[in-house]
Amino acid sequence: MPTTPFDSTLERREADLLGIWAFLVTEVLFFGPLFFGYVHGRLTHPEAFTAGSHHMHVVLGTLNTAILMTSSLTMALGVAAARGGRKSLRTWLVLTALLGLAFLGIKASEYWMESSEVAQASGAELTFYFLYFAMTGLHAVHLTIGIGIVAWLWRHASRYGAAYHSPVEVTGIYWHFVDVVWVFLYPMFYLLQRYSA
Amino acid sequence: MTWGYLGEGYTLRSWLTTHDHKRIAVLYMVAITAFFFLGGAAAALMRMELATPAGDLVSANTYNKLFTIHGVVMVWFFLIPSIPSVLGNFLVPLMIGARDMAFPRLNLASWYIYVLGGLFTAAALIAGGVDTGWTFYTPYSTRFSDTNVVLVIVGVFIVGFSSILTGLNIIVTVHKLRAPGLTWFRLPLFIWANYATSLILLLATPVLAMTLTLVALERLFNVGIFDPALGGDPLLFQHLFWFYSHPAVYIMVLPAMGVASEIIPCFARRTVFGYRFMAYAILGIASIGFLVWGHHMFVSGQSMYAGMVFSMLSFLVAIPSAIKVFNWTATLYKGSIYFSAPMLYALGFVGLFTIGGMTGLILASLALDVHLTDTYFVIAHFHYIMVGGSVMAYLGAIHFWWPKISGRMYPETMGRIAALTIFFGFNLTFFPQYLLGWLGMPRRYHEYPPEFQVLNLFSSAGAAVLAIGYLLPLAYLGWSLFYGKRAPANPWQATGLEWQTGSPPPQHNFDAEPVVTRGPYAYDPVR
Repeated sequence: MPTTPFDSTLERREADLLGIWAFLVTEVLFFGPLFFGYVHGRLTHPEAFTAGSHHMHVVLGTLNTAILMTSSLTMALGVAAARGGRKSLRTWLVLTALLGLAFLGIKASEYWMESSEVAQASGAELTFYFLYFAMTGLHAVHLTIGIGIVAWLWRHASRYGAAYHSPVEVTGIYWHFVDVVWVFLYPMFYLLQRYSA
Repeated sequence: MTWGYLGEGYTLRSWLTTHDHKRIAVLYMVAITAFFFLGGAAAALMRMELATPAGDLVSANTYNKLFTIHGVVMVWFFLIPSIPSVLGNFLVPLMIGARDMAFPRLNLASWYIYVLGGLFTAAALIAGGVDTGWTFYTPYSTRFSDTNVVLVIVGVFIVGFSSILTGLNIIVTVHKLRAPGLTWFRLPLFIWANYATSLILLLATPVLAMTLTLVALERLFNVGIFDPALGGDPLLFQHLFWFYSHPAVYIMVLPAMGVASEIIPCFARRTVFGYRFMAYAILGIASIGFLVWGHHMFVSGQSMYAGMVFSMLSFLVAIPSAIKVFNWTATLYKGSIYFSAPMLYALGFVGLFTIGGMTGLILASLALDVHLTDTYFVIAHFHYIMVGGSVMAYLGAIHFWWPKISGRMYPETMGRIAALTIFFGFNLTFFPQYLLGWLGMPRRYHEYPPEFQVLNLFSSAGAAVLAIGYLLPLAYLGWSLFYGKRAPANPWQATGLEWQTGSPPPQHNFDAEPVVTRGPYAYDPVR
């Protein structure tokens, strides 16, 4: 017989929430060297980073930002539905996953269009593109994992209700983290210096 | 008398699918012991080569691969998981009166992740090794080395996540699963030390993982941010690498300090001197330890003013470390000291850590460091901390808690002989290296001028003694598993909660949930 370390589901929920926050601390530091490398690259090659931001597809990037922010809303509504023990949990989870997939689809089409521009780039502009692909790529990996977990929650949605719902909450916190990372990436690559002179 | 958690299943399957923190600790112990002897074998070959000035036993290239695999294996596959993953896993729930770690399945997953990382590293070894040194400095690692850099990086990347998950588990467990009455300032210092270590694991390890990923990408696709030819900066790599790797030293030594703080009060029969200062010193070391990484870069071209700040901060981190040494010493004062094998290891730890720490201050001095950088002085310094400090404490801990882990007593006389052999062999190996470094012998060469031979011979002879010292516990602890005397619940008359349950403990740890009403070291003096 397996031993559970907890006395109650309440105690378990507290541990789950602390666990995901501790994990996100690690995640922030995992992205850290990339952000540090971006600052370093920007300081040493400002002109190349300015030129790079002009090659970004800002309309698609903005659209994607809106899609991702909306997915955070549907995720939050899903968490509220789980806490209230409402059936709508499944609907919100499906919407969240679909919005995530839409983001990935648009991102992929951007990558496709940018690949020809990368072939023409040289010197420090390559550093810009390297950081762009590394950072948005890592973000996309995180989003893909998030979609997978949301799909898993959808399959087991009947388990969650007013009494026990910490997996939905934990996934929600992770999902919002992935969105917040994008909130930083979007201005860093698409907006900075694009509209100056 | 039953066989506790050990009697819950005898098949290999029952071990490989367990969620019991105590069994996972044993799995870790087996795995890291294998890696310890692998890393040790590489060191033995190096010391054999260095017995003579000429490079006659192995080629320069082979020597480079030997010190690389020695460093990689010992740092990431032995020292970092040693105390947190083996004894932390085993003891944290027992010491705080919990039934298990907060996330038992995650705990087992972390062991499998460790094994997977180990397989990648072993594959790199079989494929011909790697020659960058454990530091993977760019641009050598990205542009010039023609060895299996990426394979080893994948191994280190993976094993990092095993450490992160163990750290996360320890943090949540300590926060959420303490027994009634067990307030923060009633926690054993071993718990404080592993808690602080877990914070470092969570904050530092991901930085290394991403930095090494960037090295691998740069090597594979020839684009990146470290190579000057690509518009990058090799100093950026060094900053990121040491931002992890200096705190990593505290990942290795803080748990060792926790071990000493358990063993010394027990065998001096006194409460630990200045408990709160000991706890604050642990947190102080963990915090300041994050701000000293630049002292690895005094001669690599960082700003002189940055060097001055990093030098000052490195002196600052010595203050909480010194507080701990003084407090262990004061704990002994007027104690009823019993020189058991764990106590010999713990006292050896305090002495060797002090020497390693003091020579660290020499290296933290800007002017002296210019002379000593990349010499054997550095090698001797960090081996006094990592081997003299951490490995001594790990072995002390294995002996101290062996009755709890295995349900058997180890042979005491053999234990003392091994402790003294290791202490003697260690000093004979590494003290001459201080002198060699001071005289100017650089590290990482397989040959050297003949005038250095006498000291190198002492060092190689010491390594042979050390090897015997490390093989002894492997032999008699293995023997004691089958023939050792049955251990009582509390053979040392110690005060920790882990001694209030059976040896070995039952699967659920305590038959009744313990209630704590006093501090951790309420030892009565022996009159």
